[in-house]
Amino acid sequence: MHANSLTTEQIRALIAKGKLKDAIFKVLGIFCLAVALLVIVLLVSDMVAKGSERFTVDFFLNFASRRATQAGILSAWVGSLLVMLVTALAAVPIGVAAGVYLEEYAKRNWITEIIEINITNLAAVPSIVYGLLALGIFVYQFGFGQSILSAGLTLALLILPIIIVSTREAIRAIPAMIREGSMAVGATRWQTCRYHIIPYAMPGILTGVIIGLARAIGETAPIITIGALTFIAFLPPVPYTTGADGVTAGMFDWVMSPFTVMPIQIFNWTSRPDPAFEVNAAAAGFVLMAMVLTMNGIAIYLRYKMRKNIKW
Amino acid sequence: MNHAMSANNPSELPVVSDRLSHKAMRHVSERIIEALLFAAAAVSVLTTVGIVYVLVSESVQFFQQVSIVDFLTDTQWTPLFDDAHFGIMVLISGTLVSSFVALIVAIPMGTIIAIYLSEFAHGKVREVAKPILELLGGIPTIVFGYFALLMVTPLLQKIFPELPGFSLLSAGLVMGIMIVPYIASLSEDAMRAVPMSLREGSYALGSTRLHTALHVVVPAAFSGLAASYILAISRAVGETMILAVAAGMQPNLTWNPMEPAATITSFIVQVALGDLPHGSIGYQTIFAAGLTLILITLMFNILGQWLRRKFRESY
Repeated sequence: MHANSLTTEQIRALIAKGKLKDAIFKVLGIFCLAVALLVIVLLVSDMVAKGSERFTVDFFLNFASRRATQAGILSAWVGSLLVMLVTALAAVPIGVAAGVYLEEYAKRNWITEIIEINITNLAAVPSIVYGLLALGIFVYQFGFGQSILSAGLTLALLILPIIIVSTREAIRAIPAMIREGSMAVGATRWQTCRYHIIPYAMPGILTGVIIGLARAIGETAPIITIGALTFIAFLPPVPYTTGADGVTAGMFDWVMSPFTVMPIQIFNWTSRPDPAFEVNAAAAGFVLMAMVLTMNGIAIYLRYKMRKNIKW
Repeated sequence: MNHAMSANNPSELPVVSDRLSHKAMRHVSERIIEALLFAAAAVSVLTTVGIVYVLVSESVQFFQQVSIVDFLTDTQWTPLFDDAHFGIMVLISGTLVSSFVALIVAIPMGTIIAIYLSEFAHGKVREVAKPILELLGGIPTIVFGYFALLMVTPLLQKIFPELPGFSLLSAGLVMGIMIVPYIASLSEDAMRAVPMSLREGSYALGSTRLHTALHVVVPAAFSGLAASYILAISRAVGETMILAVAAGMQPNLTWNPMEPAATITSFIVQVALGDLPHGSIGYQTIFAAGLTLILITLMFNILGQWLRRKFRESY
């Protein structure tokens, strides 16, 4: 029979074959998505199952210890919070300012182009390289030592591209008429940014900041590289209190204090041969996951709400 | 208040010009603010300059003591021993093998998910699936390391009983899962940017969805796909904690994923965990390793740029 004069049955068979292939691919796609979901579920459920015996108040209020059952994450979660504070204080103003500059001020010239290419490239630089940068510059050149300040600034540089990009996207979504209206009543460029652009872009900026901080709080490699210690049995000095050594701490003494953070504590417990510490690692891992997933969840929710609410 | 009232009175025009004299100050503060904003934007450039400066200046000191030929050809990596050898190939082999395993998992899975979400899935499925992928991409790598060492390795040992407790295989597999969201999300964006008219043309000729996806959409979006693969390679090469936890940290020149080995990144972590004096050869070694890492990443990125230019389609 001639090739291009198919019978109805043959055409039907051809269509059925095509539809079957479509269906197979659909199943394959759902399967791959299911694997991704399964990994999250497995991880969380394993950590809960293994670590549940450590979910006590003591676990949050004890320092690290040689005995697994007495070891807690006090210095780790306090350290993580303080490092995040420094990171946010450094990265948010700089990131938002850079985003505003690139969207509202920058002229189309080679300097702007270099800055833009740079930001894209920095996002692909491995995080451990930021650790090496911080080790050379912050720890030794600037003499900050292995302190909360060094770690906070390192992570700030790491998440700067995330904040800049999300700020720019949020600003770009604001229609030109807002700027024109503001300028028309005599506002300067900065007044337009200060009273219109930045407030209207706030939800988008906030989303970026939360995603950035969620990334920063889970980062381990750069902080290990600057030489954070794994065993810390004290807290950074509280401002204006007198420690055991009789020295009254100043307002900002805590930023220069040695510290440890959650991921390093988990790394330390994971790499010990004694399986009793696996339980601690699981429990601490769950706490860290809960922090990160909550932050990401808030960011996803914010973005979802934003898309529904804004109508210019 | 006074000003506002007098400004409204047409007989006192000079007061208005007095108000306008503020404009000079306003101009100055505008310029100061612009300069400050520019300085913030310049921080990113300074970061790059800082990275290059630190890596190169420490590596220069390193290469004054170790010849580049030894660095590239020696088959032993024992920088902290008395009999020190600096053969970076040992670490590069670990990095390449683990990245290869990761990409074998991540590229097919990520691409399939991207094609499914962009060409097959309902809007509602997409709205559920994308946040799930985002959550997966947000999991801290140290948690993935825990997962690789304490869950995936025991599982693999049931299939391959001879698999050691630390291996590039299990670290690489988990790294692949970690990278899937990056590929899926970037590739999906690229495919969704392909104009609808191309698909409609294909459907009009009687193509099925799958045929359209594979023969029309994927080729049209190929430069975007290539970009996502390159980003994935950068992630894999630069990934640290999964390897430090699950692949062991002994230097081992091997191309077999079933063996434990150190990578460039896990070596840096191992050295940083110890207490090396500033300025010693061991201290400089991690910067030389970091420079190698950056150069490998850069190489793949240049390759990616070239691929993108070669396959770019415009409509």
